[in-house]
Amino acid sequence: MANMSLNKVAMPEQDPNIRNKNFEEVALGYGIEQAIEEATRCLQCKHKPCVGGCPVNVPIPEFIKQVAEGNLEEAYQIITSENSLPAICGRVCPQESQCEGVCVRGIKGEAVGIGRLERFVADYHIQNVETVVPEIQKNGIKVAVVGAGPAGLSCAGDLAKRGYDVTIFEALHDLGGVLIYGIPEFRLPKKLVATEVDNIAKMGVTINKNVVVGRSITIEELFEEDYKAVFVGSGAGLPKFLGIEGENLNGVYSANEFLTRVNLMKAYNQDQSPTPIRVGDNVAVVGGGNVAMDAARTALRLGAKEVSIVYRRSEDELPARREEVHHAKEEGVVFRLLNNPIKVIGNEAGWVTGMECVKMELGEPDASGRRSPIEMPNSNYILDVNTVIMAIGQSPNPLIRQTTPGLDVR
Amino acid sequence: MYKILKKEALNQTVELIEVEAPFVAKKCEPGQFIILRVNEVGERVPLTIADYDREKGSVTIIYQVVGYSTKLLSEMKVGDFINDFVGPLGQPANLKKHNRVLGIGGGVGAAPLYPQLRKLKEMGTQVDVVLGGRSAEYVILGKEFEDICDNVYYATNDGSLGITGFVTDVLNSQLEKGVEYDEVIAIGPLIMMKAVVNITKPINLPTAVSLNPIMIDGTGMCGGCRVTVGGKTRFACVDGPDFDGFEVDFDECMRRQGMYKEEEKDHACRIGL
Ligand SMILES: Cc1cc2nc3c(=O)[nH]c(=O)nc-3n(C[C@H](O)[C@H](O)[C@H](O)COP(=O)(O)OP(=O)(O)OC[C@H]3O[C@@H](n4cnc5c(N)ncnc54)[C@H](O)[C@@H]3O)c2cc1C
Ligand code: FES
Repeated sequence: MANMSLNKVAMPEQDPNIRNKNFEEVALGYGIEQAIEEATRCLQCKHKPCVGGCPVNVPIPEFIKQVAEGNLEEAYQIITSENSLPAICGRVCPQESQCEGVCVRGIKGEAVGIGRLERFVADYHIQNVETVVPEIQKNGIKVAVVGAGPAGLSCAGDLAKRGYDVTIFEALHDLGGVLIYGIPEFRLPKKLVATEVDNIAKMGVTINKNVVVGRSITIEELFEEDYKAVFVGSGAGLPKFLGIEGENLNGVYSANEFLTRVNLMKAYNQDQSPTPIRVGDNVAVVGGGNVAMDAARTALRLGAKEVSIVYRRSEDELPARREEVHHAKEEGVVFRLLNNPIKVIGNEAGWVTGMECVKMELGEPDASGRRSPIEMPNSNYILDVNTVIMAIGQSPNPLIRQTTPGLDVR
Repeated sequence: MYKILKKEALNQTVELIEVEAPFVAKKCEPGQFIILRVNEVGERVPLTIADYDREKGSVTIIYQVVGYSTKLLSEMKVGDFINDFVGPLGQPANLKKHNRVLGIGGGVGAAPLYPQLRKLKEMGTQVDVVLGGRSAEYVILGKEFEDICDNVYYATNDGSLGITGFVTDVLNSQLEKGVEYDEVIAIGPLIMMKAVVNITKPINLPTAVSLNPIMIDGTGMCGGCRVTVGGKTRFACVDGPDFDGFEVDFDECMRRQGMYKEEEKDHACRIGL
């Protein structure tokens, strides 16, 4: 008989007032007993809605069954039959809108903690089991993968398992894409990313860092070098700005720049990193997604006294994972919802001194059913800030499109 | 890892190294740059490509020892390895065959200017150059320019080489003499490029400048290198580094360049400069 508790087994976390001053991981993960207890909440539904909700079709009930029985390595093997990056996905996938969003237990009470269990299984494996690479029958076919983000790494791992001769080309000096430059240490320890990358390398994938495809070598040239297929996983790395006055003042960052300095270049540890970062006492982060939450929480940890999220819609529309919003609030991030920046204000020397905002209200639903925000007349005010971080989204880097004739992009 | 094949001091603070980097050497063009990290915890340092040898698979860069990372680089010897070296980055300079072009190189700016002028010369353009610096020892690559240019002029603040004054004094006197240039390519400190444009813009003499704002990734991912050109925000690492000098907001560039002055001072202290 399944465990009918309506709530997930709680996952231990660092205290909000301690963790908002350090870069250690916030969520500490289940122990064996907690994991088994949570696993017994799974009803082992025959129609497996969770698998349909998972973008890579992990056999979820099957792995959870193994956890419930204490067979953790079996559980790991089941997960990795479909997912090369379980320690990462268990931590950062938006489960509430994927597998857990369609979990039958979620109809009344909380869904099964699928992400937490996946994380537990992967961590247990990393800590206790030496990964052995199964004998792979090579087929001798060369495939190139552009970009070592989660997409490229997964693709490389899956193809290597099937015997392809895979080479990854990555522009940066480190592997992981957003996992390494964007998502902060306190949410996804970089050591884990390195371990997952190692596991992929162990399968015989060749990794070339510091190669910008489109510049160092083009896709056409890859085909000339006898690659039979090229997978482009170059991500959506081009930061957007609002296009408002004052955005190029000193002290305005894109979230990518801010997070890259802190994560990839390790500026959070100024004793060891020569890359500088500067965060003022009062910080505004514009946007409401995961990136905005990460930037806001990072700014707090770097010593900012007040950090606000400035978002033009309301709480219900915040695109971030729910857990991140919850964590950010706990840590003391101020949410200025239904507020829209219209101008960044600076001093003579070109440094930010404030941001003019206008208050918004939600109008009638538009064609897509979303209620779009409209400005409230005469509601302008100046937010007293000296750092502004723009986290309003990214678009694909145009480099490959520009340097690959005949590439059809929609 | 990228091996240092050759190293040379060009003056007290400027050094040249040739690095084995086949991916870069195969494709780079004048105007493009690389980013290197000296060691596994290093900063990403953008440096313009000063020369390249496609056969040998090597790239030459010239840098001024100004702060933490260039000091580290300066401590490396021939045969040592640089941890990371990525490129070519940025757009190749838009070089066209003209009748006559004037290059203006201030300080280390002469290094990125060199491959551009050489290419113009190869295309059959008559090429003059003005090299400037505080004093004779700050003027680099004089001999190399003399080999490829039709006329080489020098300007130093103390008069130890060429005229006493600025590169813009030479520019003015050339223009007064009635020398007709189709284009000016000015590479050097922002203040120098701004001064050049202040002369060339009123007479509508096209002027290309090369910007080197603060960069991190150099692939268009962070926006830290943004500059305003023609009223629009551009990313110097992917849209540049060369831009139409008439359109560049130099004052904004100068403000942004100074963003980490204090932190850099800190670094200097730490390495005991
Ligand atoms: C701060 C932040 C937090 C996020 N949090 C979450 C979260 O909690 N949950 C979630 O589901 N999603 C989250 N996302 C989104 C998620 O990270 C992305 O959907 C995911 O990283 C996309 O993976 P990717 O492999 O396609 O691209 P990326 O991770 O962007 O990787 C692309 C890689 O390709 C390289 N590259 C680019 N161009 C070239 C080229 N021309 N040649 C060679 N290499 C190239 C890049 O350097 C990079 O390493 C977050 C994003 C950010 C920025
Ligand atoms: S250096 Fe990051 S976008 Fe140009």
